Formats: sequence, structure tokens, C-alpha cells
Amino acid sequence: MSDVLALTALQAHEAMVAGDLDAGEYAATWREAAAADELNAYLWRDEDGGAGAIAVERPCIAPVAVKDIFCTEGVPTTAGSRILEGYRPPYTSTAVRRLLEAGAPVLGKTNMDEFAMGSSNENSAYGPVLNPWDRGRVPGGSSGGSAAVVAGGLAPWSIGTDTGGSIRQPAALCGIVGLKPTYGAISRYGMIAFASSLDQCGPLTRDVSDAALLLGILQGADPCDSTSVGLPEAPRLPDREDLSGLRFAVPADLARDAIEPGVRELFEATLATIERLGGEIAETSLPHAEHGISAYYVIAPAEASSNLARYDGVRYGMRAESAGDVIEMYEATRAQGFGAEVKRRVMLGTYALSSGYYDAYYGQAQKVRTKIAADFTAAFSEYDFVVTPTSPSVAFGLGEKTEDPLAMYLNDFFTVPMSLAGIPAISIPAGLAEPAGGGPRLPVGFQIAAPAFAEQKLLDAAYALEQGIGFDAGPSGAPYAGIGHKKRTGVGGEEDG
Amino acid sequence: MIEREQVLHVAKLARLGLTDEEVERMAGELSGILGHVDRIAELDLDGVEPTSHVVELENVWRADVPHESLDPEVALAQAPDPDDGAFRVPSPQAEA
Repeated sequence: MSDVLALTALQAHEAMVAGDLDAGEYAATWREAAAADELNAYLWRDEDGGAGAIAVERPCIAPVAVKDIFCTEGVPTTAGSRILEGYRPPYTSTAVRRLLEAGAPVLGKTNMDEFAMGSSNENSAYGPVLNPWDRGRVPGGSSGGSAAVVAGGLAPWSIGTDTGGSIRQPAALCGIVGLKPTYGAISRYGMIAFASSLDQCGPLTRDVSDAALLLGILQGADPCDSTSVGLPEAPRLPDREDLSGLRFAVPADLARDAIEPGVRELFEATLATIERLGGEIAETSLPHAEHGISAYYVIAPAEASSNLARYDGVRYGMRAESAGDVIEMYEATRAQGFGAEVKRRVMLGTYALSSGYYDAYYGQAQKVRTKIAADFTAAFSEYDFVVTPTSPSVAFGLGEKTEDPLAMYLNDFFTVPMSLAGIPAISIPAGLAEPAGGGPRLPVGFQIAAPAFAEQKLLDAAYALEQGIGFDAGPSGAPYAGIGHKKRTGVGGEEDG
Repeated sequence: MIEREQVLHVAKLARLGLTDEEVERMAGELSGILGHVDRIAELDLDGVEPTSHVVELENVWRADVPHESLDPEVALAQAPDPDDGAFRVPSPQAEA
């Protein structure tokens, strides 16, 4: 396999700009790598190249794997659901359009939990994605395909969506970087809706520099999404060398008992690394964060039950054969088209919004959301960042949690509060830890959350910490050793790839 | 606890056909999840403003002028049963 695959997307970009790397050949090499997918990570690949391509004067951006939740004109877009099997949208999402306009080809569409509902990718109608580090384990979800392609060497980088942790958790479980930007930073137009007040697009990359580059392409206000505002300033590449003068707060109410021992050890070790880099560690209180899961599993299903009403077998997608009236057609189409988790959430959301229960569930959850956001505001008045493990465990086994929906939901314990508050959070690899049940060591993520629209500060700190951690492992069988070259030339002076 | 009748009622509201087995399983699973969620019911949040949207936004206006949109043929191309410029559906009234 060509060693250009060892380049990070930023390194490839710089080589293309300098004229040392041919964009067409580079993209073709990646299409060849993507074709070797044994992880069920792609639902569709652009085998010939040029899907939806927009002629740009000088293409110099690495091809991107796109979660199959982004409408792309003429390209199958299923959101991991049977109900959208064969659907080819007549328009392109703003996020994908911005990639194409930047000259980044779409490499393929990645597998995902159906309508982004899940934390393991086992809810895809097209079968689970396998974790490239251990094919008997899940890659996380819902952007599991987007994480697996980057970790497994099937794409240089990818985009996903995060509603309650769906970028950060799979990034953690696959040993890569995942950024959920501030709500509103990137347009949601053409991004199939799950829970509209929480859904946010973001990058999954080998390192923090790539995340900054991709965020810069994606972000911006969009007239097609009235909730999009963009970032106050275009992100620049991070260049912070240390963490001096920065204060990192650990929630005192962090449920340490719920964290796997190996994950806990690496979390503590990363706190020590922060101190070594000159950062200060303190305890803060987020008294309402423990209610995040409860509030989230009311609000997200409630919004989903409304958003998914559109799948009725009339305008697009599948329609079930039914001899009865139109209502029976709706019921049969949705019964056949939706998987078990989507049905569960539609039921949960419909129940929470139904007459007599609205105030007790939906109204109360929205108030909890206010309190969680206020907890973060209070913490950020004293500290620069709030840090937690991204996930309480390393990647778990396929099928291990599918019988217990509540246990699956509790995976999102550390990522949901930031989503409810709408603030940006990044997961970076902290190292490898042994699973609770023993076995080869697997990736662990470290989550850093920042105030709304403080992406630049977040990326700068994450970059400095990334250098301090020095994580440079990759799954065996990946077409290169190590996930990426972390330290950029010009910043510290490591040799170029 | 969520009873079988409640599951059937909610499924009707959601236009979701469920098998008998799904109804049974859903009753148990929803009870379990709501049992966890019920912990927030005990919080005293009187007077707290509910949050429906996290970013402070003023009304976002656009000029009320015609703009390019999908051609009818394109809009109908993905429909299961398009007919004469329209989406055809089964009769709203069940046949006798």
C-alpha cells in the first residue's frame, strides 16, 4: 500500500498545495484502500471517483468519508434504515456541498446506527460495523462507520453527527479524534434529522490538526438552516505548545465507580500529563449532570418521534404492501421500515409528548436542560475547560449490551451533558487500556469541553495535550504504523511524513 | 409500569404497527427506561425556564422572493407511487 496513506489529511493538503502530490492519484489511492473494507464500515463507495464533484480550480483537500445521514444528490442515502433503502436524494446537504466546493471528493457513505440512534452501530439495518482494533467488538456509535474508516485506514478523515455523543464516543472507542462543535457552528441542512435541538455535524480525524482543518471547511452560517450561526472566527491550525495558565476542571460528582479501572487509570494519567504541561487541575461541581441521561432520553426521543413522522411511505422511501386504508399503510410501512431501537424511541417520545405526560416528562426534561447548561456556565466562570473520560469503558463486545437498552444508554453518561448544553467537546486518544474482562489493550478517549464558540481555544489545548500524550498506536493490519503524525513541522520540528 | 393498553394507545398515536410480541417487550422496556427517567420528576424545578434551544437567536428573516426549487418531476421521482404530478396514497376510508 502506498505510503501516501500514512500522511494526515493536513500533510496531504500541504503536499498537494506544494505540488508534490497529485490530487487525482491521491484520491484514487484512497478509493483503492476504501475498497478493501472488511469492517462493513461503508454502505456505498464512489468506485469511479467524481461523485457529485464540483469543478474547482485546484483540488487540494483529502477525500472525505461521509456518514450516511448527509443527503448527497444522486447518491444512496439511507441513514442506516431499511425505510430509506434505495433513496437517492434530489439535493445535497450543506456540509457535503462545502466539502465538494473545497475540492474534497466524497470517498463513500459510512454505516451508522439507524437514524443515529445508538452507541454501538448494532442498530444499523445493514449490519454492525466491526471495530478495527478487535473485530469482535463494536466501534461505538452512532458514527461507528465514520470512526472505523479513519482508524482502520479506509479513509483519511470523515464527518459524522453527534446528538448525545455519536462523534466523541466512537472516536474514543476507535482511538481517533472526534469533535462535536458548538450547536449552530455547522449547518444541519440536508442532514437527516434525529433530534433537531441537539444534532450537530463534526469531524472524525487522526489528529487534532486535521480536526481544525476540517472544521474550518465545514463551519459557517447557512441561509438554509436558520439555527446555524457559524463560528465567530475561522479556525486556524492549533499551535499551542503547553497548557500553562489554563485551568481544567474535573466534575467532583463524576461517577468514578461507573468507570472501568483501565479507563480510570488513563484518565488520571492524562490529568498528570496536563499538570506536566503546566495546566492546573481542579474540582468543580456539575450537580445536575447526573440527570443528563434522563433528560436526554426524554428530549431526544420526543424530537425524534416528531421528526420521524415524515417516514410514511408517501413521498420517498419504502412503502409496505397493505390492503387497507391509508392509516394501515402508514402503520405497516413504519412497522417494516423501522428497526427495534427506532421503534422504541418513537414510542418513548410519543409517550413523553402525549396528553397528561407532557409536563411531567418533556417539560421537566427541558428544565433539567436549563440547569445543566447553568452548571457549565458556572464552571466556565472559574475554569477554562471541563474534562472527563469520553466513555466509561473501552469498546465492548458485539451483542454484549443489545438486550438491555438502559445499559446501552448509560454509555452516553459523559457525553450527553455537553450536548444538552450545546457546548463544544473533543475526544482525543489517551492511550490503550485493558478491558475489564481482560484481553488485548484497546483505545481510551479523553474528553475536553469548552464554552460555546470557544473552538479555537479547545483545539489549541487539545493539540498541546495530544503532543504531551504522544499516542501513536494503530490497529494491527492498518496499512500504516500508527494512526498519524501528531506534531506538525513548523510547530515543533518533527520530520515530515 | 406501562400497561399493554398504554403501549397500544401510544403505537396508534405514532402510526406504528406492533406485533403482539413487540407490544409485550415494549411494555417491559419502556417501564425500565421510564423508571430511570422518573428520577428527574422528583427534582424541584419550579420557576426554572425550560430550554428548547441552546443558542440565543433572534428571528431569522429572509426576503420573500421566488427562488429556484425542485422541479415537480424531481420531487416525485423518489415516491413509491407517483401519479400525474401527485403522490398517490390508498383511500383514507377502508374498503367495506
